[in-house]
Amino acid sequence: MTSGPASAAAPSPGSASAPGPGGGRAGEPVIRLSSVSYTYRGPPPVAALKPTNLVIHRNEHVAITGPSGSGKSTLLNLLGLLDKPTKGTIEIDGIDVGAAPERERAAVRAHRIGFVFQSFHLLPYRTSIENVMLAQVYADEPRRHRHAAAMAALAQVGLEHRAHALPTALSGGERQRVAIARALVNRPSLLMCDEPTGNLDTATTVELSDLLESLHQAGATLVVITHNPMVAGRAQRQIAIRDGELTEISSITTAPQTKPPDPQPGPGAPEQPTAPQTKAPDPQPGSGAPEPPPAPEAPGPPPTLPDRLPPADHAPGGLDALGFPDE
Amino acid sequence: MSRRGARAVPPSRFHARDLGSEALAGLLQRPGRSALTLLGVVLGIGSFVAIVGIAQTASGQIGKQFNVLQATQAYVFDVGATQSSHPAVDFPPNADALAERIHGVVAAGFYWPVQFKQASVSGFANGFLASQRPMPVTAASPGLLAAAGVKLATGTLYNQFHEANAQNVAVIGSSAAASLGITNLDGQPAIFIDGQPFTVIGIIASSQRLPQLDVGVTVPASTALRLWSAPTQERAQMLIHTRLGAAKVVSEQAPVALRPDNPTLLKSAAAPSVANLQHNVSTSLNSLFLTLAGIALIVGAIGIANTTLVAVLERAGEIGLRRALGARPRHIGIQFLTESTALGLFGGLIGASLGVLTILAVTIYRHWTALLDPRIVVAAPVAGAAVGLLAGLYPALRASLLEPADALRR
Repeated sequence: MTSGPASAAAPSPGSASAPGPGGGRAGEPVIRLSSVSYTYRGPPPVAALKPTNLVIHRNEHVAITGPSGSGKSTLLNLLGLLDKPTKGTIEIDGIDVGAAPERERAAVRAHRIGFVFQSFHLLPYRTSIENVMLAQVYADEPRRHRHAAAMAALAQVGLEHRAHALPTALSGGERQRVAIARALVNRPSLLMCDEPTGNLDTATTVELSDLLESLHQAGATLVVITHNPMVAGRAQRQIAIRDGELTEISSITTAPQTKPPDPQPGPGAPEQPTAPQTKAPDPQPGSGAPEPPPAPEAPGPPPTLPDRLPPADHAPGGLDALGFPDE
Repeated sequence: MSRRGARAVPPSRFHARDLGSEALAGLLQRPGRSALTLLGVVLGIGSFVAIVGIAQTASGQIGKQFNVLQATQAYVFDVGATQSSHPAVDFPPNADALAERIHGVVAAGFYWPVQFKQASVSGFANGFLASQRPMPVTAASPGLLAAAGVKLATGTLYNQFHEANAQNVAVIGSSAAASLGITNLDGQPAIFIDGQPFTVIGIIASSQRLPQLDVGVTVPASTALRLWSAPTQERAQMLIHTRLGAAKVVSEQAPVALRPDNPTLLKSAAAPSVANLQHNVSTSLNSLFLTLAGIALIVGAIGIANTTLVAVLERAGEIGLRRALGARPRHIGIQFLTESTALGLFGGLIGASLGVLTILAVTIYRHWTALLDPRIVVAAPVAGAAVGLLAGLYPALRASLLEPADALRR
């Protein structure tokens, strides 16, 4: 690891045995879009995303909603580094990745971003744990650590008893949990969920949004793209996208999460209310986990889309403070 | 800021062991299709190995039958060095005796076909002109008759006495005798060769090494030189009958032994190679079958290319997922390339095994000794892998160029 502000946010390689969202302290920007726009080359050219500024802070739970064709997928592809912006810069953990070569973008995807897809994208001939371990291949996780880390990730989503089941033997909700475990196993800075409940029935949708919320409670940074108002309602921040323009609908959180994470995020987090809500649930205070240092610069996300922020030069430290507890 | 920060994230990797297990898993997730894809390479490589092996085995059989003759004869050619147009016989008169002194020689003699403007042979039996025929006349030292393995039907062969005195005697082949109307030697039959009278003293039943003696007239070399000119175009050559295995050594020593004063006048050769003969026999058949094997291999390569391309399109979602999980384009490409190469390699291995089994089956059935160059067995799987690699290049390129966002939508 090199010195410098950015390295502070890098996951510590030595502590990667237990899965969980990457380190860094709450309130730091995880992802920052500055004047990002995206135009599909014609003919005729379509401006799928108008110039946009967006900052998502650590341990935020952001929902992005919008009708089909509004630019949701474009935004997700940009946030997840699956596509390059036509103009503007994208920083993840302070790393400018918008125009970086594919080698660096792939590295950031491997280590910093976890994807959850509407259609799960599980490999059908592999068991749950093999699907989870696939994410560790490209992240350069030593083979001898993979099984334990994958098992821990499955435990996080409450599926360790189905570790050796094929996806065809799993229900839709279970499949999506496996996909979430796969997204978590490399302890990413950001969980990127694209319509995570789009293929699930109502009851399973509730269960899954409970799980996502429990991950958030435990310190994960979540970006959820969804049609479902109930799922969107669980987020702290709701951003509507329409015709390539973003509008902040609600921003409940006024201060970044500074409370310690729930040390044992139960599978499915059954305590969470199931009704749609617009308010972030209060995390349970102190339950034995080490108290992380309070955020030095507590900038609550502004009520409207934040303008370009000053360069991130947050202090190093707080590695893994808000990650899941090691086992 | 950006460059400094970028170093903080270690690059994504795809270790060889992971590559191997991922490629194998990719092949095994559709075992039936992989097996069918193998078939083309199996057929191509298998038929190649079988054809080469059966050809080598058959050559070995031909060799066994001909090797005894091959190992016991050698030739020395009169090349006349620089004055090749000058009519001469560069073998000394006592060449037979000189050659027989070489260790390992059983018999030796030189000969040349006598050229006439109009060769005709008339046969007289019991005082009557029986018939007149054109037929080849060979001038030969007495040793040649022994070296050629001549067997007499009746009478006797001429010897060193006839040779030394240049006697007008002749031995004729049995078929020549029949055409000349000479059936036995009781009436002291005579023949006229180009107007010169000769006494027939023997009729040849067969000649093992020089079958042409059977259809013509053979006269002593010294007599031919006395009556007619020395050969110019088709010059003399010596046939040496050696003990088993001595042919090569004898042929090397013969020019010096025969002409110590000027060995360059003579040029020796081991017997016309039986290997060449085998080669000529088997080449035409082999090239046909090898062409078929090559076609099978090309069809196999197209099969692999097609299957891999279909797999790339079919597994677009998986490719998108892998890219999202941090795979770089080259990681995707090399995975598909490894899959196609592994298909080719397995096909080559199976094909080589089946080819060897085919050779064994044929040789056991024919009671032959199986022969196969071991390099072929090693090269066959390598060739299969190379076919798979070539076939996978284009699909792998397509896979690596797939945009992750597009791939995930499929």
